[in-house]
Amino acid sequence: MEINEFIDNLAAQFDETSADQLKPETEFRKLDEWSSLIALSIIAMADEEYGVTLKGDDIKGATTVQDLFDVVNAKKA
Amino acid sequence: MSDYNPFSLVGKTILVTGASSGIGQATAVECSRLGAKLVVTGRNEERLVETLSRLDGDGHVSIAAELTDAEALKRLVDNCPSLDGLVLCAGRGMTLPFLFSSIDKFKTVFDVNFNSTVECFRMLAKAKKLGRGSSVVIIDSTGGTPNGRFSPGNCIYGASKAALWSIMKFAALELAPKGIRVNTVNPAMVETPLIKSVNITDEQKDLDRKRYPLGRYGRPEEVAYGIIYLLSDAAAWVTGQSLILDGGVTI
Repeated sequence: MEINEFIDNLAAQFDETSADQLKPETEFRKLDEWSSLIALSIIAMADEEYGVTLKGDDIKGATTVQDLFDVVNAKKA
Repeated sequence: MSDYNPFSLVGKTILVTGASSGIGQATAVECSRLGAKLVVTGRNEERLVETLSRLDGDGHVSIAAELTDAEALKRLVDNCPSLDGLVLCAGRGMTLPFLFSSIDKFKTVFDVNFNSTVECFRMLAKAKKLGRGSSVVIIDSTGGTPNGRFSPGNCIYGASKAALWSIMKFAALELAPKGIRVNTVNPAMVETPLIKSVNITDEQKDLDRKRYPLGRYGRPEEVAYGIIYLLSDAAAWVTGQSLILDGGVTI
């Protein structure tokens, strides 16, 4: 699993944030667009794209895009 | 006059689906305390026996059945005694944004919440297991129904509950000449295993609880009391209605 591919999938859940604005170090919750609906969409995307079941707490426990990638990657293994 | 109680269920036989946990289990227990004979059904035999052991009084029976299985449903209907009350509690949750709510996800939820619930009700009515003066209560929800709450991620569950709301109206109309009343109770969030399937953090749930004017989510028995009213002769002139039980959250 490549982080660039993950970032593309992540960006697809946003409307006003493009993939090039999302870096591994980006603190996603600080983005203007961040909402509970986007959190739910990321959970659904992880299931659809990676077969990974994320909990609300997994999102809560992550600060950066890299953190999210790591938790999906760990659950995928 | 000490035995005056228009809400009594003495002499009534009541079938409760989804009786192995949550609102269904609490409803079975509270109905038995008010004198009803219960027929409890659910998927899990072991947990049904647990429900049965909590009931007051004698003469209750359990029939394990997976209601989405046509043969199991037929066996349940065939083995069911004549009923004065039917409480349709079997249901499941799913949290997904609309853009991820594919037709197979809808099918998974509708099979349980809508199709098997309606088919169970229809088959019992067709087999004349629901007599004159009987009462049917469908467990609906404030999520997705008129005057309810529409929160992100709840579209599949909400649509299944809206469909139940609609069926309640049609069935109430068509079954009124047979003396069968049909209503729903529409709870907001209740502390049951089902809300664990709502994928938000405990912190978000605590914040949500504070949005309730009465300060908390409901308890299963508080929904059961509303169901009992609709089952009892006190509600003999009530049909085609939804009783919202929500701690004030939809005000």
